[in-house]
Amino acid sequence: MNKVIKKFSRNVPHWQPRVAPVDLQEASEDQLDALKVTPSNTKVSEYVLTLAHDVESLKVRTPLFNAIMYDRGGMSRAERELSALGASMVNHCVYCAAVHAMRHAQLEKSTEVTDRVFLEGTGADLAPRDRAILDFAVALSECPSQAGPEHLDALKAAGLDEAEVLDLILSAALFGWANRLMHVLGDPVRPEATG
Amino acid sequence: MVLQTTVLTQAGIETGGAVSSALEHRANILEMTQAAEETVLRPKDAGPWSHGLRAALAARIAAHNQESDLAEHYAEGAEGYAALANPAEDGAALELAEVVAFMDKVAAETRDVTAADVADLQAAGVADADIVRLAELNAFLAFQIRVIGGLRLMKDGFE
Repeated sequence: MNKVIKKFSRNVPHWQPRVAPVDLQEASEDQLDALKVTPSNTKVSEYVLTLAHDVESLKVRTPLFNAIMYDRGGMSRAERELSALGASMVNHCVYCAAVHAMRHAQLEKSTEVTDRVFLEGTGADLAPRDRAILDFAVALSECPSQAGPEHLDALKAAGLDEAEVLDLILSAALFGWANRLMHVLGDPVRPEATG
Repeated sequence: MVLQTTVLTQAGIETGGAVSSALEHRANILEMTQAAEETVLRPKDAGPWSHGLRAALAARIAAHNQESDLAEHYAEGAEGYAALANPAEDGAALELAEVVAFMDKVAAETRDVTAADVADLQAAGVADADIVRLAELNAFLAFQIRVIGGLRLMKDGFE
């Protein structure tokens, strides 16, 4: 049996789909193409196999995701991960929160910020720039968005320029998308110890 | 910037301002966002979810997010499903109550979605592939709506 994980941590769980993923043996040419399956590469995650049910969306989302999280310039990669983490905590996507907290810690070579956020919550006591970034990501992720001029003022006061604020918006919004796939279509689980 | 996208129109971004300048470095993202809108609203393989129904659900999600102009933009394509653009309609008259309830919860109470919500759709006869299609439509709207809201703040705050 697998135990569904409800608590946030950097310890990335296994993702268990709530619907049956595409069976590679029965996949269409279009699906195989999107999955980049070749005779030497048949390893595809259950998450991607699940998304392959809507192969057109999968094809447009992957390059968009990569551009928002990895393209050069603008806000730093670590700060984009913090933005993703804020959104994922609002939407309680334990899987996304774990992956992006881990990436933040790797990029920063420090677990200090994510330790604090997981211990104290999204209102954690952080340095002003991280505090403004997390506040904005959290506010933008509510439905409807609670982000207002005061959030933008805080970002400007913390030194973010237009390009950085744009990347913050894009990365937080992107996790409005990712969370609604990960958190809706599957469960974050860990195998129960047996015996 | 000559690019015409739903995001720029809805956020009221005009050429020549500070926001427009920042967006030039992310033009690829704006283009891909517009392509994604086309894909979730008018996919080649729509499954059981017609363009009219997708447009109505998109309008409904925009309304949940208090984006009334965007809701109008999508409602124009809602055809026979126009009633669903109103969040007060429960979809029962169109035999879409489970679909509408699922879309509302994923859009507005995301954190509370559980395995039971997916099981309810399956019990109502919705195929797994079509559940993924609904989730992608919903998830894209969540993204687009927040980009619009964020850009509107930038326009007011930087220009």
